[in-house]
Amino acid sequence: MATEGEKGQVKLLGATLSPFVVRVRIALALKGIDYEFIQESMHPKSELLVKSNPVHKKIPVLIHNGKPVCESMIIVQYIEEAWGNKAPNLMPEDPYDRAIARFWAAFVDDKLFPCLRGVFTGQGEQLQKAVEDSVTNFLLIEEALRTNHCFAGKAYFGGDQIGLIDIALGGLSAFIKGLEKATDSVLIDPEKMPLLSAWMDRFFKSDGVKEVMPDVAKQAEFISTRRASMISPPTAN
Amino acid sequence: MEACREESQVKLLGWRRSPYVTRVRIALALKGIDYEFILEDSENKSQLLLQSNPIHKKVPVFFHNGKTLSESTIILEYIEEAWETKAPNLMPKHPYDRALARFWAAFVDDKLLPSVWGLLKWQGEEQQKAVKESLANFSLLEEALRTSSCSGKAYFGGDEIGLVDIALGGPLVHIKNLEKVINIALVDPVKLPLLSAWMARFSETDELKRILPDPADVFEYLSAKRAKVMSTLPGI
Repeated sequence: MATEGEKGQVKLLGATLSPFVVRVRIALALKGIDYEFIQESMHPKSELLVKSNPVHKKIPVLIHNGKPVCESMIIVQYIEEAWGNKAPNLMPEDPYDRAIARFWAAFVDDKLFPCLRGVFTGQGEQLQKAVEDSVTNFLLIEEALRTNHCFAGKAYFGGDQIGLIDIALGGLSAFIKGLEKATDSVLIDPEKMPLLSAWMDRFFKSDGVKEVMPDVAKQAEFISTRRASMISPPTAN
Repeated sequence: MEACREESQVKLLGWRRSPYVTRVRIALALKGIDYEFILEDSENKSQLLLQSNPIHKKVPVFFHNGKTLSESTIILEYIEEAWETKAPNLMPKHPYDRALARFWAAFVDDKLLPSVWGLLKWQGEEQQKAVKESLANFSLLEEALRTSSCSGKAYFGGDEIGLVDIALGGPLVHIKNLEKVINIALVDPVKLPLLSAWMARFSETDELKRILPDPADVFEYLSAKRAKVMSTLPGI
């Protein structure tokens, strides 16, 4: 029989500053699920990480009753389904609305994030291009917020409550703001993207988010340090 | 099979050779859903395509009761959910198995296929690297077939075709013909017996034979792509 609502042992393997880990922590916080957070250093990758995510060897990994689930948005959907009877619901009821939620979550991962990664690693002209591409993608999201009947006029992409798209994009919030600070660029201009800007401010302050979202200054510092080491990598590694 | 009024409002925009369009056609065929197949010119994007998929401007585009969807695996999950009571089920019931299905479907899209399509682009040392990467990805799928909850079963989905089978089945003809074009075995029956058997089984499934793209057409298309790349490479 379905095991929705089952409790059992929940562990999350991750790092506090990883935006992908933040996504999962938000989902767990919203559902009120207790878990053990296992800090993964990534350098070197722990035995637990390699064993539980042999294909990608990446965080986050959710380990529920000993079984690992990998890939942040797959984990979020898993949390929604395994604790389907626990409010709030992170996905809409209607199949079409669910497809739209998955579409925009995939957009964040497949289109937006590669550009943000480009900002993270880029210098000079490459950085400029990555910023421009990121802005183009943010503008598409702004337009969706303005015109798509699923989202227009609502507090969140998920309606009155945080949903899948909010988690997919919102989980990256500190990372996005940290990137802006560390590279001295503007990714979400409140004048050009008023809805997205307001949504992000609202998201930062929301229950379930504010407790797990990294401090932007710390995020920016981490990004700056990493960027510096990319330009002049350490001699011993 | 009950006639559903809704089904007359199902349309699919694409072309037969596309592995991603093929995925959707497979799902519709398995579920026995009638639809209008609107043929799109692969060389010339139509107004309909640009208007209905402004974000990605790609096929397949799926229409149901006037609503539009794009991105093949998202369409697959939609078909499963919108026609949930229509057998067969394309997704498992248990949340953990569903997560695994999504994981491997994503693996096909994010790791396997990029490494496979990349094989058309390279030669020499870079080609060797690309081949190695593709082979490693196929090995991971072999391992999944061997060890997952569907080990010993006919399909990734168990006894019946599921999401992962469709995700990999869409590009199947391309994979087999790419092997011919670059003259390298990607799925060696000796090294990857389960995957090899799966490919044969999938290709021979009656319902699917008429849907899978024409192998000669795909071979010609991939050969032309490869020839174009080779002609632009410096000093061979």
